[in-house]
Amino acid sequence: MTRLRILGVLAGVLLSVSASAQQVSVIKLPELQKRLNRQSDTTYVVNFWATWCAPCVKELPYFDQVNTTYAKQKVKVLLVSMDYASQLEKKVTPFVQKRNLKSEVVLLNETDPNSWIDKVDPKWSGALPFTLIFNNKQQKRAAFEQEFTQRELTTQLQKFLQ
Amino acid sequence: MKKLLSFFTACLALVLLSNFVVGTAGYEVGDKVADFKLKNVDGKMVSLADNKAAKGYIVVFTCNTCPFSQAYESRIIALHQKYASKGYPVVAINPNDAGTVPEESFADMKARAATMKFPFPYLQDETQQVAKTFGATRTPHLYVVTKKGTDFVVSYIGAIDDNSEDASQVKTKYVEQAMTDILAGKPATTSSTKAIGCTIKWKRA
Repeated sequence: MTRLRILGVLAGVLLSVSASAQQVSVIKLPELQKRLNRQSDTTYVVNFWATWCAPCVKELPYFDQVNTTYAKQKVKVLLVSMDYASQLEKKVTPFVQKRNLKSEVVLLNETDPNSWIDKVDPKWSGALPFTLIFNNKQQKRAAFEQEFTQRELTTQLQKFLQ
Repeated sequence: MKKLLSFFTACLALVLLSNFVVGTAGYEVGDKVADFKLKNVDGKMVSLADNKAAKGYIVVFTCNTCPFSQAYESRIIALHQKYASKGYPVVAINPNDAGTVPEESFADMKARAATMKFPFPYLQDETQQVAKTFGATRTPHLYVVTKKGTDFVVSYIGAIDDNSEDASQVKTKYVEQAMTDILAGKPATTSSTKAIGCTIKWKRA
């Protein structure tokens, strides 16, 4: 009986540990806009992706690596999942935890892309992956509707850090 | 007179040049469409000019593998069933490079068309030139083209509707809204919309 109880406690501890791992918050457009418009001297790398998007999944490690490579600089990575909110627990959270992503991950829960894509960036046609690099304080901003190689991402990011 | 002529020539050159610049970024609503000749899954070559009865076409860039394309397949079939009899059949074009994604091969296209019982042509844009000319960037990416004389002109570009996940939750059917205007001989009130989709898998340079 005591053994069972210990097992139960252990299971509880394990569960709470996994629950404290990276969580994905579900946000609406105004919350995303707030983040995109934040007036700070931090360079943000915001990548729009989805678990079902093969080129996105391929380049995710490059974005996540930015956290380590530029740990001492004012750089922040935000991964915005375009998966459906209904897939949060089934797909997105397990994916993020399995890959042990260090970047902050949010899921944008909006249905009609035509109503919000232009508000993120008028140059974005809606194809995934899509990436924004910006520093609002320095009034620098670049949009990329393309897949990155690690080298391409570094080159583009360096332009913001000189 | 000579001065006037050279002025007109300069204007013409400017117009041509600006058209060219716009052309590289793809079509906008009102642009004339260059006809194409692409291989259908039945092995036959298909051009817009082939169907003399067509008043226009619903041209959809789509593919075998993109979950968003798959989510819309039955809705694309429904569009064909609704508008082919009104003179606007669907023409589906797969622009993805099979060298990059093997499941986009011609054989896989045939299989997909058979499984889904596509009632419309499903064409392979092997050189990706048609997608580039249209300015398609993602799948699905839809264009309505309308016949004007012997030409086809772009009348609508963009999304199919406003809810890719659940057809029963759709509030605005963008294409159908545009088609209502187009069939009434009017320009589409909302002629350009955006949607999330899979990026076209371009050939590696």
